Amino acid sequence: MSTTAELLKGAAELFPGEVVTQAHVRHFDLPLGAGRFALITLDNGHDHTKPTTLGPQSLANIDAAIDQVEKEAADGGIVGVGVTGKPFVFAVGADLKGVELLKRHEDAVAIGKGGHDVFKRLSTLAVPTFAYYNGAAMGGGVEIGLHCAYRTVSAAVPAFSLPEVFLGLVPGWGGCTLLPNLIGADKAVTVVIENSLNQNKQLKGGQVYDLGIADALFEGADFLEQSLVWTASVLKGEIAVERPAIDRGEGWDQAVARGRSIADSKVHGAAPAAYRALDIIAAAKDGDLQAGFDAEDQALADLIMSGELRAGLYAFNLVQKRGKRPAGAPDKNLARPVTKVGVVGAGLMASQLALLFVRRLEVPVVLTDIDQERVDKGVGYVHAEIDKLLLKDRINRDKANRLKALVTGVLDKAEGFADADFVIEAVFEEIGVKQQVFAEVEAVAPAHAILATNTSSLSVSEMASKLRHPERVVGFHFFNPVAVLPLLEIVRGERTDDASLATAFAVARKLKKTAVLVKDAPAFVVNRILTRFMGEIQNVIDEGTPVEVAEKAVEPLGLPMSPLVLLELVGPAIGLHVSETLHRAFPDRFTVSPNLKAVVEAGKRGFYVYDSGKPELDPEVAALLKQGDTVLTEEQVRDRVLDAVAQEIGLMLAEGVVAEAQDIDLCLITGAGWPFHLGGVTPYLDRAGVAERVNGKRFLEPGVASVPA
Amino acid sequence: MPRTVRDVVFVDGVRTPFGKAGPKGVYHETRADDLVVKAIRELLRRNPGLDPKKVDEVAVAATTQIGDQGLTIGRTAGILAGLPTSVPGYSIDRMCAGALTAVTTVAGSVAFGAYDVAIAGGVEHMGRHPMGEGVDPNPRFVSEKLVDESALFMGMTAENLHDRYPTITKLRADEYAVRSQEKAAKAYANGKIQADLVPVSVRRTDPASGETGWGLVTADEPMRPGTTLENLANLKTPFRVHGRVTAGNAAGLNDGATASLIASEDFARENGLPVKMRLISYAFAGVEPEVMGYGPIPATEKALAQAGLSISDIGLFEINEAFAVQVLAFLEHYGIADDDERVNQYGGAIAFGHPLASSGVRLMTQLARQFEEQPHVRYGLTTMCVGFGMGATVIWENPHFEGDK
Repeated sequence: MSTTAELLKGAAELFPGEVVTQAHVRHFDLPLGAGRFALITLDNGHDHTKPTTLGPQSLANIDAAIDQVEKEAADGGIVGVGVTGKPFVFAVGADLKGVELLKRHEDAVAIGKGGHDVFKRLSTLAVPTFAYYNGAAMGGGVEIGLHCAYRTVSAAVPAFSLPEVFLGLVPGWGGCTLLPNLIGADKAVTVVIENSLNQNKQLKGGQVYDLGIADALFEGADFLEQSLVWTASVLKGEIAVERPAIDRGEGWDQAVARGRSIADSKVHGAAPAAYRALDIIAAAKDGDLQAGFDAEDQALADLIMSGELRAGLYAFNLVQKRGKRPAGAPDKNLARPVTKVGVVGAGLMASQLALLFVRRLEVPVVLTDIDQERVDKGVGYVHAEIDKLLLKDRINRDKANRLKALVTGVLDKAEGFADADFVIEAVFEEIGVKQQVFAEVEAVAPAHAILATNTSSLSVSEMASKLRHPERVVGFHFFNPVAVLPLLEIVRGERTDDASLATAFAVARKLKKTAVLVKDAPAFVVNRILTRFMGEIQNVIDEGTPVEVAEKAVEPLGLPMSPLVLLELVGPAIGLHVSETLHRAFPDRFTVSPNLKAVVEAGKRGFYVYDSGKPELDPEVAALLKQGDTVLTEEQVRDRVLDAVAQEIGLMLAEGVVAEAQDIDLCLITGAGWPFHLGGVTPYLDRAGVAERVNGKRFLEPGVASVPA
Repeated sequence: MPRTVRDVVFVDGVRTPFGKAGPKGVYHETRADDLVVKAIRELLRRNPGLDPKKVDEVAVAATTQIGDQGLTIGRTAGILAGLPTSVPGYSIDRMCAGALTAVTTVAGSVAFGAYDVAIAGGVEHMGRHPMGEGVDPNPRFVSEKLVDESALFMGMTAENLHDRYPTITKLRADEYAVRSQEKAAKAYANGKIQADLVPVSVRRTDPASGETGWGLVTADEPMRPGTTLENLANLKTPFRVHGRVTAGNAAGLNDGATASLIASEDFARENGLPVKMRLISYAFAGVEPEVMGYGPIPATEKALAQAGLSISDIGLFEINEAFAVQVLAFLEHYGIADDDERVNQYGGAIAFGHPLASSGVRLMTQLARQFEEQPHVRYGLTTMCVGFGMGATVIWENPHFEGDK
């Protein structure tokens, strides 16, 4: 038994649940009389809804297939070897479920080395090797092809990426080393770092070709045939494959530097994966492939054993799975159809909601407001946004006409809502106003209509309390910008019934939002945690810590933006309002910052000026600040802020605001953009020991978002 | 409005390699529509001078127009092949003469001036759509003896044709079949066939049928080179006890697709497209359904009469070999020797296979190659028998003809 086989056998024992991919070898004559060819098809035996992945047994199968073709190549029985995938899928990389099970560094090394040992054989056969990227290719799937001498790609490939850095890994089966040596460091940085950190952006077939990853591009209808005809021409010497020379000088270093600045701007040094990948890309400059592969093995194993990767996988699964099957949602068969939507208010938020509803539900959406001018403005906004979509070719003319015709506005609620199944309000955040609006809607809307509120901090139960049918009121809390942030907190009031809640979840699904069920508690989930977090930052500033120190204190977390920049984005006035609401609910934990109040009263919309190109504290704001004399270090600030967050989440879970810590994390990832490497936040609070320190226990069992014990 | 009939030409034709129908056949896991789509794409690839926008029609024949051969396959195949949505398409059916009828129908429209250029072809995946799938013959056929009961079973009609021509013995049929295999093998050896084949990638997931994974089909699967009379002598005669028709002297059950470009001669020349054959005349004729193999004879009579030609003017014949007896009946009728070298020079359906509605264009593609090689020949014909008692014949002129020089 060869070492590789032993390695893979050991790895396979650690991963009994692997969906095993077969490597079928089939022989045939190439066109043009080019000779006998062996084609390896990677196929896990399922249809395209279960894409082909690569675990240890799968690698062993590929190894065995290569054994076979290696011999045939050496014996002169074949003129070339190809690799392709089952319909619509090439291969989407390592099976991550297997990675989650790994407990020891040496087992993690075996995964990396096992892949390398198998794949690199494709570059040492006695005949040329070809990869035909026929469908989705990610991670290890892409890397198999990189070990081949030539590649073709289908124009129909919808998704092609090296997503490892996005998850917290490095492309560790050759990607970091081979890709820059194939297409140059700059383009490799685009694929490995930039696309990964840009919400795992996928390449299409044409882009794969344009980047030079593939040597030829063919349309989907007869991709494999044309690839094989091309192969025959290459083998016969009729086509010479030429690749542009790559810059192995300064350009390489500049590319790596560009990668570092991208990583800094996205993860602020807080997650190691991008930097490890860049180190390997930097070292690949000398073209020493084996040294690169060894470095990949080490980086991969270190990262697999890291909390960041485990948190990343946990976060990925939350978004992919829990985000699509919300915990605690009632039976979806209880949902009632929604064939018309009413929107109370025609301001910016209401108009954004109208746009979202009409695009996703494609049912009539009627806006109302207190005067015709506002109504016209709201409808005008939606129509203009639809026209923009048309101009950008996101929708065609017929669709634009259809959507615009669906959006109307009226002054009279009775006229607008008489046949609406779902009415959402987005009026001023004042309980009396909201109660009044719902009373008016109830008077005219059908008895079954859902009354939804987009309140960010008021009590849904209180809003419903004066209605004849409070059971149909639900909270429907979107996050700004509505079109960008996926989260929708669905709030169950005290008397909300299952049918109404089921309808709300069904609507959320159609809106393509990540719905999380939340109890009717002050500020729900995201705003409560962010406000506690911000409140602690403001507290330390108010007490005397310089603004820069407070801001820098949380940089190592790698949040999408600094606390005060976030507050600028939200708007200081809104931030103040939410903190006041929470202060009323929990006066001992939520403070109202006098400095923030002063900033708001002075009419300031932000804290920074950007005249120099970099944010600098606005002198007018600085003049307003009244600080105490307690100056904390960054570490002290960080501890205080994290302690507060851990305490608040512990309390929220005890109150039953959400079902589990997983829902908190899902909310923070999809509603606040908190990073994967933190796992939202509870995996990080566990691994940094904060949860234990503050609450006396972890949020998650060991192994859930961490290396299993 | 005065009209001028326009000359119609056969620009080019391609086909997929033909496969054996059934679970072990190469196309068992390949869709019928994909087969014809690959043929259409190859046709367009081979003729880059043709702007796809200019294609006026896509006529695709299939006998069993359900499933992946349904949904107006001429239209769907056009879209799947990447033709602009502005190019229309339709389906057509005359059983075995489907593709031939697609060609003559679009040719009629070209002559009339309705089209400048059209794609005509056919497909039959007899593995996915066995002969007779979903048929529902009117009971009056039998109760009123409108046709003999054997009319629906092509093998039986072939036995009936042997009855009509008692001199055509099983031995003559077998000898003919052996020659067909020999000629086809020789044509392959000389590279006469491959140039008009489009390779087709095929997937196999059942290891019982051979190596699994993706493969590539580059040659006709049904071929049996080296077939001898002895091989054929003892084959079963499944259609009649002590009969004459066997699997060896008939075409098999096959999968495959063809496509051709038909254009007005002016259009072809203006667009730099090749002119491989010039259409002279075409005709269809009906015969008693129970001797459908007789059909080519009256159809040819009509086509010759229209063209003002006699059989002696025809220098090359492409006769579909649904059954050896049907070719032999035709030859016997016209007093042509069984082994006349003008007939089926590359062999025929007994060797290559006969995926019903696709075969007509195969005949044309092969005739076109022969025209090119034999400029001394002026006229050729393609003819085939058709189920339920019909024959179809198209007479072509060789544009490379040099006889007058």
